[in-house]
Amino acid sequence: MNDTATIRIGGGAALRRVAACQLRDVVRSRWLIAYSLFFLVLTEALLRFGGGGSRVLLSLVDIVLFVVPLVTVVLGTTYLYNAREFVELILAQPVRRRAVFGGLYLGLVVPLVMGFVGGVGIPFAVHGDAADVPALLAVLGVGALLTLVFGAIALLIAVRSDDRLRGVGIAIGVWLLTAVVYDGVVLLLAATFADYPLERPMLGAMMANPVDLARVVLLLRFDVAALLGYTGAVFQQFFGGVKGTAIAVAALLVWVAVPLALAGRAFARKDF
Amino acid sequence: MIDVVGVSKRFGRLQVLDGLDLAIRPGRVTAVVGPNAAGKTTLIKILLGLTRPDAGRVLLDGQPATDDGAYRARIGYMPQIARFPENLSARDLLTLLARLRGGSATDESLIGEFALDAQLDKPLRTLSGGTRQKVNAVMAFLFAPDALILDEPTAGLDPISSSILKDRVLQERTRGRTVIIASHIMSELEELADDVAFLLDGRIRFAGPLEELKRRTHQPSLERAIAHLMIREAA
Repeated sequence: MNDTATIRIGGGAALRRVAACQLRDVVRSRWLIAYSLFFLVLTEALLRFGGGGSRVLLSLVDIVLFVVPLVTVVLGTTYLYNAREFVELILAQPVRRRAVFGGLYLGLVVPLVMGFVGGVGIPFAVHGDAADVPALLAVLGVGALLTLVFGAIALLIAVRSDDRLRGVGIAIGVWLLTAVVYDGVVLLLAATFADYPLERPMLGAMMANPVDLARVVLLLRFDVAALLGYTGAVFQQFFGGVKGTAIAVAALLVWVAVPLALAGRAFARKDF
Repeated sequence: MIDVVGVSKRFGRLQVLDGLDLAIRPGRVTAVVGPNAAGKTTLIKILLGLTRPDAGRVLLDGQPATDDGAYRARIGYMPQIARFPENLSARDLLTLLARLRGGSATDESLIGEFALDAQLDKPLRTLSGGTRQKVNAVMAFLFAPDALILDEPTAGLDPISSSILKDRVLQERTRGRTVIIASHIMSELEELADDVAFLLDGRIRFAGPLEELKRRTHQPSLERAIAHLMIREAA
C-alpha cells in the first residue's frame, strides 16, 4: 500500500527529517541554552573588561579548546543514550539506517555549532570592530570544526558501548587525553629525547590530536608562537602561515570523517 | 503473512533464540507468550529488522524482508517503552512519522478515542506515563498498516484506555489485519488472541489456535494452559 510512496523518499529526505526533529528537541533543551549563554556571557564580559577585540579572542582560544570538546563529547554521548527508544521507533519505520544516523549526527552538531557561534558572535556583532573579523571567523570556524570532530567521536562511543555509564566515562577519558594530558606527555617525551631530531615525530603527534590541530590553526593566525605549546612551535617552524593552516584544517576534516564513518558503520550493524 | 524461518540470535554467551520457526497467519491475532527473558522482545525486534539474526530469515508474504526496510511501511509498531524526545510534542512526532512514511496519517481515530487532542501540543516530558503510552498506541495505528506489532501494549494504561485499545485490536482483525501481541497479561490475551505462540528458551514450544492449546492441555484458560506447558517443560 504505502510501499511505492516510501521507496520514492530517498535516504536524503529521511535524513533531513530526522535531523530537523532532533534539532527542534535539542534547541529547546536546557543544556544547549546553558552552553550558548556560557559563551555569550563570557564573551560579553571579556569584551567589556578585557581590552581590545584581538586580546579577547586570544583569551577565548584556550577556553574554546577546553570547553567545546568537553561539552560536545559528553553531551553527544548522553544525547544518543537518551534517544535510544526514539531511535528504535524511527528504525521501525520504512527508513534506511544510514539516513537515520546522518540525521542524528546533524541534529546534535548543528544546534551545538549554532549555540557556540551565536554565543561568541553576538557580543562581537554588537561591540566588535571590523579589524577583528578575520580572527573572529577563525575562532568560530575552528570551534565549529571541533564540534564536528567531537560530535562524531561521541556518536562512535555511544554506538559502540551499550552501557551508558561506561560510554560517558570513555567520553570524559577522550577529552582528558586530547585536551589536557596530551601536550604534557608530548613535552615530556620531547624533553626525554631532546638529543634526537624530533620534528617529524612531533608533527605526527600533532596530527594525532584534534585539539592540538585546532590550537595550531588558531595560534598561527594570531602569530603568537610563545603560546603554541611544544608541538605547535614545531609546526609553525615547519609550515608557517597559510600552508600550515590548510594542512591542519584538512587533518581536522579527516578527524571528522573517520570517526563518523566508523560510527555510521557500527550503527548500520547494531542490534537495537 | 509473516514467516520466521530458523532464526537464531546470541547475545554474548546467551543464546536468546535458537532455530526458531513460526508462521504468523494473516487476518488473525497472534499472542506471543513466554516467561521473562524467553526472547519475546528479541523476536519482535528481529521481525522489525531492529536486531539482525545470526541465522535464519524473516519472510513477508513469502518475500524476504529487505535491508532497506521498505517492508516496514506495512507494519505498525508499538514499542514496550514509551520514551520520546523530551522537548517535542506528540504532534511533532506524528508529523515526523507521517513524513518518514511519505504521506499523511490515514487513521487518527485513536486520538479522539483517547481524548488526546488537548495533549498533542504539550512537550512530551510533561505528559504522564499513561498518556505517553496512548501516544505510543496512536503511532502504531496511524497509517492503517497491514500488520500490527504490539509489545506489552496495555502496560501503564488505565482500564478505560486499555479497553479502547483492545476493542481497536479486535476491530483491526475484522478488517483483515494481522496483529502480533507480546504480553504478560494472560487475561488480556485470552480476550484477543486467535493463535498462541509459546516461547521458551529461544524456541517455540507451541504454536497454534488458542482453543487447540486449551484442548491439548485440558486446561480451562490460557493462563493455566501456559502454566501447564511450563511445568511440563521443566519436568
